[in-house]
Amino acid sequence: MTMLPQKTGKKLGLVIDLDICVGCQACAVNCKEWNTGGHMAPLTDQDPYGPAPDGVWFNRVHSYEARGGCGSQTVHFPRSCLHCQDAACVTVCPTGASFKREEDGIVLVNEDKCIGCKLCSWACPYGAREFDEVEGVMKKCTLCVDRIYNEKLDPEDRVPACVSTCPAGARHFGDLGDPDSDVSRLVAERGGMDLMAEMGYRPTNKYLPPRPRKRDAADVGAASNQLNPVQDQSSAFLKWVDKVLSR
Amino acid sequence: MSANMSDAVETSPKVADEVKYTTCYMCACRCGIKVYLQDGKVRYIQGNRNHPVNRGVLCGKGSAGIMQHYSPARLSKPLKRVGPRGSNEFVEIEWDEALEIATEWLGNIRKTDPKKLAFFTGRDQSQSLTGWWASQFGTFNHAAHGGFCSVNMAAAGLYTIGGAFWEFGEPDWDRTKYFMMFGMAEDHDSNPIKIGIGKLKGRGAKFVSVNPIETGYTAVADEWVGIRPGTDGLFVMALIHELLKADQVDFDYLARYTNAIWLVIQDEGAADHGLFARDEDGNPLCWDQEKKAPYNALAADAKPAIAGEYTLADGRKAVPAFQLFAQRYLDEQYAPEKVADTCGVPAEDIKRIAAELAHVAFKEEIVYEAEWTDWAGRKHDKYIGRPVSMHAMRGISAHSNGFHTCRAIHMLQMILGSIECPGGFRFKPPFPKPIPPGLKPAKEVAPNTPLGGPPIGFPTGPEDLVVEADGTPKRIDKAYSWEHPMASHGLMHMVIHNAWKGDPYPVDTLMMFMANMSWNSSMNTKGVIEMLTDKNEETGEYKIPRIIYSDAFFSEMVPYADLILPDTTYLERYDCISLLDRPICEADAAADAIRYPVVEPDRDVRGFQEVLLDLGARLGLPGMTNEDGSPKYPGGYADYIVNHERAPGIGPLAGWRGKDGDKQGRGEVNPKQLEKYIENQSFWTYHFKDNQRFYKFANKDYLETAVELGFIPKAEQIVMQLYSEPLQKFRLAAEGHGEIQPPERERERVKNYFDPLPIWYPPFEEDQVDNGEYPLHALTQRPMHMYHSWGSQNAWSRQITNFNKIFIHEETAAKYNIEDGDWIWITSYHGRIKAQVKTMTGVNKDTIWTWNAIGKRRGSWNLKPDAPEGKKGFLLNHLISELLPEKKGDYRYSNSDPITGQAAWFDLRVKIEKAAPEEQGESAPQFPVMEPVPGVQNRPELLQYGAEFRKARGD
Repeated sequence: MTMLPQKTGKKLGLVIDLDICVGCQACAVNCKEWNTGGHMAPLTDQDPYGPAPDGVWFNRVHSYEARGGCGSQTVHFPRSCLHCQDAACVTVCPTGASFKREEDGIVLVNEDKCIGCKLCSWACPYGAREFDEVEGVMKKCTLCVDRIYNEKLDPEDRVPACVSTCPAGARHFGDLGDPDSDVSRLVAERGGMDLMAEMGYRPTNKYLPPRPRKRDAADVGAASNQLNPVQDQSSAFLKWVDKVLSR
Repeated sequence: MSANMSDAVETSPKVADEVKYTTCYMCACRCGIKVYLQDGKVRYIQGNRNHPVNRGVLCGKGSAGIMQHYSPARLSKPLKRVGPRGSNEFVEIEWDEALEIATEWLGNIRKTDPKKLAFFTGRDQSQSLTGWWASQFGTFNHAAHGGFCSVNMAAAGLYTIGGAFWEFGEPDWDRTKYFMMFGMAEDHDSNPIKIGIGKLKGRGAKFVSVNPIETGYTAVADEWVGIRPGTDGLFVMALIHELLKADQVDFDYLARYTNAIWLVIQDEGAADHGLFARDEDGNPLCWDQEKKAPYNALAADAKPAIAGEYTLADGRKAVPAFQLFAQRYLDEQYAPEKVADTCGVPAEDIKRIAAELAHVAFKEEIVYEAEWTDWAGRKHDKYIGRPVSMHAMRGISAHSNGFHTCRAIHMLQMILGSIECPGGFRFKPPFPKPIPPGLKPAKEVAPNTPLGGPPIGFPTGPEDLVVEADGTPKRIDKAYSWEHPMASHGLMHMVIHNAWKGDPYPVDTLMMFMANMSWNSSMNTKGVIEMLTDKNEETGEYKIPRIIYSDAFFSEMVPYADLILPDTTYLERYDCISLLDRPICEADAAADAIRYPVVEPDRDVRGFQEVLLDLGARLGLPGMTNEDGSPKYPGGYADYIVNHERAPGIGPLAGWRGKDGDKQGRGEVNPKQLEKYIENQSFWTYHFKDNQRFYKFANKDYLETAVELGFIPKAEQIVMQLYSEPLQKFRLAAEGHGEIQPPERERERVKNYFDPLPIWYPPFEEDQVDNGEYPLHALTQRPMHMYHSWGSQNAWSRQITNFNKIFIHEETAAKYNIEDGDWIWITSYHGRIKAQVKTMTGVNKDTIWTWNAIGKRRGSWNLKPDAPEGKKGFLLNHLISELLPEKKGDYRYSNSDPITGQAAWFDLRVKIEKAAPEEQGESAPQFPVMEPVPGVQNRPELLQYGAEFRKARGD
């Protein structure tokens, strides 16, 4: 049993825009690339060239079809640690290896304390924990803690790898505890949601739902669902014949 | 690891010893990358935020570059085949020996009959070098892979608007309000499209995707039009019908910027019927409404008519091109109700989309305030924008009606006035170019002689064809013959077939680069493998006697080559992303870029371009040899990039030219040019100003600058070609006019398909097979995390996708009593394959599809033989013939567009049936396992890439 901080200074997290995520996997692979040499290095890959390649990924993108009454919609859904405020993965940890940072709310694992019991992965409702079978320790998204404060990087690069690389601009990073931050405003504007809010873990990361789709002519401001033909087509030609144009 | 009970985190760890900037090559997009190097190894690859293509982002492919670079499938030394072809028995040889062998083979060809070398390149990003090399060698049997990729788009665009989708233009992502994307396009221009979609959706623009499959970009579209494959042209013509019928046409735009006003001679049976009426200086004529007489249609003071019938000075009738255009598409056969069933799109949707297009183009007009001067010197204080933009790619291109379909899309753009305006589709310089560009394909070969011009170009009439006196093809791929007169990128997909068959003649040596022709880059894969190993019974020699192949990896093509020249990875090489080639520009800026070795190869490999220049010098090719016989570019490709001049002052790179590096575009050679590029993060840009930004085809300041930079020959208005005269010239010949006549067999075909206005016809395979027996369409696309990446052996990418299923609409599957996970047989008239099913609903009900090039031959790419890529993955290619179905005794044309020769991959028709219970679990066909060749490293059982960096940091 590990304690959560009463309160964190900041609530750093991600805002993920499901309206424009095209499922390209850039965030997942760039995360892997950064982190396999980063704070929790390596992100071990077993059987990399064989029948069952299986590696540690801090971020995975799932694509599936939401099938409903009025047709289907393909949804691309990136999934990583949501850095919950009531992080069950922390409270369940018997050794104190899983912890939530008081200063910024990032949930981390101290590998030196981790005994690989996997209780945290059972407790996490989002399946965001990644066990490294070879190293025998639990790994997870660090919110690129070795990037976001890194003075050896250009200031623009001090954001998580997934955010910096996302081609569609579907990922945002910031302090969700500050109501005036860009990310908080975005969440307010777009109706950002907690994933499985009913579970009560108060995830820090938010998902922006797809915008309403423009399906009717009125959605683009057109007056009618079809054009009005010129009454008599021969008169249309006559009108065109009389046109005096210039170059 | 020392026990560290503190939770303190090192938040500023060392990231790199150094950072180098180069250009990605994980696909065709060519983004700028920032490579972090630590202890001589690649720590991290990031998008370069200053680069015009990707502005800091990097896709899933680019991010997996480390795994490609360190792949255990890399070749490591030249190889000489010692066993039979396909046996994979090779010995390692030194480079000197490899180059001597190649020089001997090629030298003999060059001094006897240079066309006996067929030199074709695949994923080639140095086409201005490879094409020039072929031309110096003296063979016109050269092209890159455009013929099986995108030539319908390139040719339709270059013959119509002076540019094309993809590399030659882009939607105005910052201003467009309505974006239509046709066909599968999750490919070229990968990151710019993703960046653009994010932007336009953020601004509330509408995104319509016309695509049989609702995946990828289509998944985030506002509206999915799940069209039946191959019917996009008809759909677009119905949109045009609706717009014409309601008089929703930008006539001012048509009169100023297109040939809609040019008079077309109406004299049925005459040799110039359907051609433009011209004055004695060759200027096209319009009917001047004020002068009531024919007048120079290019003159600034013309007051042209756009419709009506007029009498020319010689008493013959002529009509403005628009008259023919309107007459055609106003016809009821293009009414939405008439095309709805064929397209699988409800008539009311077609009508609504037409209404939306008209509304956004004409009622939501945008104005970009800026002073500019038009081609005639008249000043303007604003640019008018019609904020409708379009993009189209593979889904349009890969059909046998793709050229006309793509032209139809350009027609739609033109009548909406939405090309090269704010909010519309914009050209990326050096485009627009003269329509078509002035290059003509070389027609003659002679021993020891360079070609008189480039091997590929743009014919504008029968006189430009590359044919014998009797009209039969001269080129091995039959490009620029009457079978495919405007084959601007050649027909790579026909080379092996034709060379094997000896039709029109056998070749001696086939040389290829980065082209997996015995696997996913060929139609009829199994047949191609047989052709590559087939021997002449009398001589015992292979029918394609010699094959030289360059690849960095142990691909499926390796076993079939006689001599392997191992290439480097993209991080180990020089390259130039040249304006002479396929540029990386953006609408507001011209740009080019380089690659340079950011890490040294740890194997005995050489960049193919390096090798080509070496071979060129050994062969004594004029452009590559000094007068004393010494190599002209002893410093290899880097030397060539800096010192080669294609025309005076014009070289592979446009930046930092001139002795002092202060010239752009044109200028003397600058010996320090590469250093300047490296200092500037490996790219160069030239930004256009506000007065040059839009209407580039008619913008004086832009056109003059384009001439200065060497993009176009003259600062004259480029008039878009609604009506295509070159097409009519071919048709007239087929009707018997002129001295250059097609062979009788080709006459009807040319007559039918060379229509100067877009036509729609059912794709050839659909037209020729029994659609009752083969009721379904079958398509492929590549997933975004693999599109155009070379191979799927990448340790990270293959964890995302390592085998492909066949996707079927759930209602269609139910009809066949097929469920998720079932294995089915898929049969075309040509072949039969077995695959596992995944049902979905976001797909046209008449269409099944799969991810392409995931299926690998067992053992290839150094994957374990039981890897899912080989065991469960499959290729649709086995179902697709390179020839059209056999009609009794008739000649079998290639399975291609009749105008451009574009490979018609997407015309495929199939039937499906459930596999028997004992047939589950493995895809078919299967091929013998590829045993590793010498020099391919052991593949690791465990990968812990990056552990070493942490260890070195000590944290």
